[in-house]
Parts: sequence; structure tokens; C-alpha cells
Amino acid sequence: MLSPLMAITVQDIGITVSLVFILLGLAWLAWRSFSGKEVDRRIIFLFIFFSVAMPVIFKISFKFKATPIVNALYEKIESLPNNSTVLISYDFDPAMAPEVQPMADALSRHCLSRDIKIVYMCLFPTGQGQLEQTFSTVVRNEFPEKQDGIDFVNLGYKAGGEGVLNVIVTDFEKMFPTDVNSVPYSEIPIFDNIKSCKNLDLIISIGGGRPGIKEWVLFVGDPGNIPMAAGVAAVVAPQLYPYYPNQILGLLGGVKGAAEYENRLRDSDPKFADMPTPATTMMGPQTLAHIVVMSFIIIGNILFFRNRKRGEIS
Amino acid sequence: MKRQLPFLLVFIFGAFMTIQYYIPHESSEFVYTFLLDWTMIIGIFALALGIWSLYQVSVEKIKHKKENWVYSYVTLFGLFIMVVLGFTFKVGDSWGLYSVFVIALMAFLYCLINASIAKSKGLWFGLSGVALVVLLGIAYFDDSWGVAFMTSEGLRNTMFTNFADFVMTPILATMFALLAFFIASAAYRAFRARNVLASLLLVSAIIVMLRFNPYMPFGLPELIAELSNWLMNVPNLAAQRAIVIGIGLGIVATSLKVILGIERGYMGKG
Repeated sequence: MLSPLMAITVQDIGITVSLVFILLGLAWLAWRSFSGKEVDRRIIFLFIFFSVAMPVIFKISFKFKATPIVNALYEKIESLPNNSTVLISYDFDPAMAPEVQPMADALSRHCLSRDIKIVYMCLFPTGQGQLEQTFSTVVRNEFPEKQDGIDFVNLGYKAGGEGVLNVIVTDFEKMFPTDVNSVPYSEIPIFDNIKSCKNLDLIISIGGGRPGIKEWVLFVGDPGNIPMAAGVAAVVAPQLYPYYPNQILGLLGGVKGAAEYENRLRDSDPKFADMPTPATTMMGPQTLAHIVVMSFIIIGNILFFRNRKRGEIS
Repeated sequence: MKRQLPFLLVFIFGAFMTIQYYIPHESSEFVYTFLLDWTMIIGIFALALGIWSLYQVSVEKIKHKKENWVYSYVTLFGLFIMVVLGFTFKVGDSWGLYSVFVIALMAFLYCLINASIAKSKGLWFGLSGVALVVLLGIAYFDDSWGVAFMTSEGLRNTMFTNFADFVMTPILATMFALLAFFIASAAYRAFRARNVLASLLLVSAIIVMLRFNPYMPFGLPELIAELSNWLMNVPNLAAQRAIVIGIGLGIVATSLKVILGIERGYMGKG
């Protein structure tokens, strides 16, 4: 039997060291603030730096339970029969990638593991590069048996934004006469029974900019009565709540949404036990940074009320 | 006529696109799809115009040595070299003379930029011509790499992916990540419960942030998670719906003003 001390992991030590360091620092900052001394902006920046760096150094990560809005997308994919077809649109650029690329990878992994066919496309020119990342890290690496054109297809980027959506809702081939490898539409087996978006079982838009999920709902989801879901950056997620659950059946918001999805996937099946979980890893720095920001808000407001009581602020 | 014609076109096409939505006939849909093709073609022309405009602005900046003019070279080199890298791919086991090709490309661009700004244009045009001959010669005779205009092989070019993955992505992510520092500073200095509305905002923000926190004791995480979900699903939803409806009505009003020629800002004059 292991003694309690032996059971302590590097992660436990990391969490303790990080919390002690941050709490001591905040106590010092509070003392300095209440003594009436100026707190330099660079000290605040230093706090954020350490709160982000320490979880990275000590590999601190947490487990997250999927919220209903995330779970809804997971359950939808689970409910799709084998050989269903899902379209995943990469509507984002590298600036948004740290937040949304993990969810795009997790969704691809989930679909392919369930033998669901995937049609990839993008409405952002830089989405093509992000798509290549999913191909190299997930599709080709984890599912080498899946064949291009049969199990998945990459249609690539098409300029036109809303115009593209307006056309593919009635006719895919008109907008994408070939895939990115110049294979004609009629020779791609995945499209044997697919003429337009109306023949798809689910559409998932990953992004947060424009054109993005709102345009997908407006021009494709609603007119075609097609099930839609989205994965977006955290700042955009609150704007999409009006669309849930009627226009979009599930929503992954920011790194938190991606981490919830990764955890849900990992807990559901032992084959996902060793899958990469970048969003869960990113939640460590984000959690500690949030604690620091909340502490700043509290210290700043106590200071504000004290000064107002003293009559220093009108 | 010079002013009336654009107004007339805007009125005809604007009115048609509005009415077309309510006519479920194939001829109506055909014209609609035809016009959408036009939109895309015009968009692609705008891209070419944008690239030309960026080239001119950057060259002007270099010519007059305006503030940070050196970065204009970086802009132009980045723009054109990434395009070329995205169209080329390795055929054999090695890249052959590809590195010489890239250097010749940079030399060609440098000479071309200088030919646009220098007084001795002939010399720079001559040098750019030499670089172009070297470029085309390597492209034609070197079989170790190829050019792909119609397929995506170029997107797997190591130099293209490395520039995208290890330069562009980190730079853009860094710009985004810098926000965390400014948010922290603002949280300490400016996020104050000055009145009821600000207090509500502050409390809501803390509750939403707390739902990420695994350190809370006594079953608080469930309570906070429920409270946070309620905030997102009820007050946030109601406010967002109001905003969406407001924006929708605003778009209708502005579109009508444009179609009827009341709003003429797009002509360049009010």
C-alpha cells in the first residue's frame, strides 16, 4: 500500500505552489493597495504571467463535467447511425485557433470513430490551413484506415461567404465542382446520395467571426430545416444563446466548451483514454488567471468603497 | 447620368432581391443564383484590387521613408512569398534548387520595389529581369518540385506550413493573448461597483468566472454552475434576443434607405 506522501503527484505540488504563490502575492498587493501605495501596472502583468506560466510548467489540469448545451451536441453525434454524413465548416483563422481548433479536432475524432462520414469545408481562407492541422493530427494520424472521398472529403475554401451558403443549400456541385484535390464531384463516393446541404445529417460550424454560425443558420439551417451545431470563441458564445435549442442544437463555447467535450468523450469510451486533450490542458492557466482577475476585482472594489467612505471619491 | 445610373441599379437589384425571396419559382431562383455568382466574381476582383492597393501603399511608404517604412518590405515579402510557397510542392526526395528559387524570388521582389521608387529605374528593372530569368529557369528545369494551381499539394509545402504554424499562428495568438494582461489591469483599476447596473455586471461576471473554478468548497461548484447557466440562459438570452431583433429592424430600415436612394454613403458622398 502506498503511503499518503507517496500518493502526492507533481501536479498536486504544482497546484499547491501556484496557489500559495498567488495568494501570498495577492495579500502583498492588497496590503500595498490599502496602505495607499501605487501598484504598478507591470506588477499586475507579472501576476497574470505567473498564473498562466505555473500551470503550464506543472501541467495542472482539471476535469470538467459537460453542461447541457455541450452534452446536446455529443448526444446528437452519438445518436447518428453509422454512415451518416456530417459537414464541419472551418470558419476561423489562426487568431481564434487556440480556442476552437481543439473542439474541431475532438468533433472530427468523435465522428470518425463512430464511422460517420465528414465533409470538410471553410468559409475563411485561413481555415484551409487549420483544416490541414486536423488532417495531420487527427484524420491521417489516428484514423489511417479512413479513405479520402469515402469516409471524409475536403472541399477546401470557397470565396463568397453568404453567397456560397445560399448556393450549397440547394446545390453542392454548383459551388464545389471538385474537392481540393481536383477530384470531380460526381467521382467522390461520399456524395453519391448528397445533392445539397439538405441531405446532410448535421452541420457544425466552427469559428466565431463572419461569415460564421449566424450566416449558416440564416442561409442554410433555417431555410433547409437542417440540424445545426456550433463551436465558437468564448466572446461570441453568449450572442448565440438565442439560437439554442431551436436553430442550433448544441454549442461549444471557448476553451471551456472544448474541454467539456474532450472530457465527455474521454469518459464515454476507453479508446479515447489516451487521446490528446489540448483544451483541458489550457483550462489550467485559464482557471488560475480567472482567480487572479477575480481577486483584482475584489481588492479594487474594497479599495474603492473604503476611499468613498473616507470621502476621497465622490 | 453618372450619379443616377448607380442609384437606378441599386433600386432595381435591391427591390428584385427583396421580392425574389417571396417568389418560389425556378426562374426567380435562377436569376437569384446568377446574381450570387456575380457577387462572388466582384468579390474576387475586390481581392485583386486590395492586393494592388496594399502594394501601392507599401511602396509609397518606402519611397517617402515614412514611419516604420522598413516593415512595408516585410508586408510585401510576406504577401508574395507566401502566395508562391502555397502554390509549390516537393515532387522527389529533395527540394533541389528550391532554396535558390526562393532567394531569386526575394531578389526579384526587392528589385521590383526599388524600380518603382528609385530614380535609376532602368538599372533596377534590368536587375529584376535577371532575377526573373533565374526564377523561371529554375522553375522550368528543376524537376524536384512542382507548381500546383488547381490542387492543394502546395498547402502541405513544409515552408508554407512552417510559416503558417510557427510564425502566423503564434503572432495572431499572441495578439489575442495580450488581452489577458489588459483585462487584469482593467479589473484592478476600472471595474468598480459605482452604481446598481455596474454592480449587477460585476456580480454576474464573478459568478460566470467562478464556474470555471474547481477550488470552491461545500458543494458551491454545483450552485455556481446552476446560477451561471441561469444567467446565460435567461437574462443573457433575453437581452441578446432584444439586440438581435433590434439589429434586424435596423438592417431593414438601412436597406430600405439604400434601395430608395435616401442613404447615399456608398457613393462616396453623403
